[in-house]
Amino acid sequence: MGAFLTLGIISFLYKDNPWYKFCEALFVGISAGYWFCTVFWSQFVAKLWDNIYPTAGQPRQYVYLVGGILGLMMLLRLVPKIGWFSRWPLAFVVGGTAGAYLIGYALSNGMKQVKSTILPLWVSGNLNATVGNIILVVGTFCGLIYFFFSKEQKGTYGKVAKLGIFFLMITFGASFGYTVMARMSLLIGRMDFLFGTWLGLIK
Amino acid sequence: MRKEVPLIITFLAGAFFIADYFIPHTGFSDLAAKINGWAIIVLAASYILGVLNILRINYGRVAKREKDWILKLILVLCMFFMLGAGIFGGITEGTLFDWFFVNTFTPMQATMFALLAFYIASAAFRAFRVRTVQAALLAITAVLVMIGRVPIGETIWKSFPDFTEWIMNVPQLAGKRAILIGAALGAIATGLKVITGLERTYMGQD
Repeated sequence: MGAFLTLGIISFLYKDNPWYKFCEALFVGISAGYWFCTVFWSQFVAKLWDNIYPTAGQPRQYVYLVGGILGLMMLLRLVPKIGWFSRWPLAFVVGGTAGAYLIGYALSNGMKQVKSTILPLWVSGNLNATVGNIILVVGTFCGLIYFFFSKEQKGTYGKVAKLGIFFLMITFGASFGYTVMARMSLLIGRMDFLFGTWLGLIK
Repeated sequence: MRKEVPLIITFLAGAFFIADYFIPHTGFSDLAAKINGWAIIVLAASYILGVLNILRINYGRVAKREKDWILKLILVLCMFFMLGAGIFGGITEGTLFDWFFVNTFTPMQATMFALLAFYIASAAFRAFRVRTVQAALLAITAVLVMIGRVPIGETIWKSFPDFTEWIMNVPQLAGKRAILIGAALGAIATGLKVITGLERTYMGQD
């Protein structure tokens, strides 16, 4: 079955065809079912059901019913007349996520990165580290200048921003290289499955 | 009720989770964990909406016998099959659900992602035809990183892997830090706008 489906998906490289379309429909259906069941057991049952009907000896935590009620309110979106009630749980999730992420991002992506970039520009007896630190500090600064759109990027300021773009391009290039490598690795894995596991041509 | 209450809820929820970072009290952390549990339950409920939406869209097409209706029917049947197998039979190893996951979902997902290698290569070729210094930098870095990560890189030049490592740790990291710091500033600004009610697009239209 794995080989049939793998070949069906690969057949798209030739052109869109019924075999691929069949596999695609199968994939979407199975994905939807898979993700729903995973969420059902790991979130719905674990957080709601198990807290209200815990194993023997554990106290019932009815406070989680609030989450259940908010979840039900979310489903009211399907009823046009009272669909606006679904804004309440949505507002709760959006607000909570904004609050949690605000501090989380400020700490991990903001403070931590700034702290790591404050480096000595002269490392005694280590030219490699000196050059590396200078490039790192200058590159980060120029990259940030590029993201600052409140001032027109021309003159010296524009040149600094342009240098920032060069560093960003190196970052995108490296990410691109990694992505291609990861995809190639997956492709090799599928070929290994087809020619090794399935056909037995690779020992 | 339609606008004011959601704005108040957004503010209270946002302020509560911010306060959680500043109040190192066990009771408060426990309460935050419970309220976080509510959010997880709400998100789980949104998956029900997703499934119902798939059903709504495809049911109409099957009922009207639109083009490719058979495929839509297959999609819905597969979804129900997995739902039935997962909810009634469980999702642990050795179940029917797990068997279908390993033998259908996994190979198809891996192949889908593997196919992207071809499309990425094609897109890259088109992108690199734009002859600018930036495009050249992107292409050269990508090629160097790729060669440095495979055995042939070391065969060409012994220090190739070290050179790739230097690219990753110095110029690449500089750009990455600029992006991360910029994204953090953006997230803080957007978060504050959401909490204070300046950003309301998530509520949709009246």
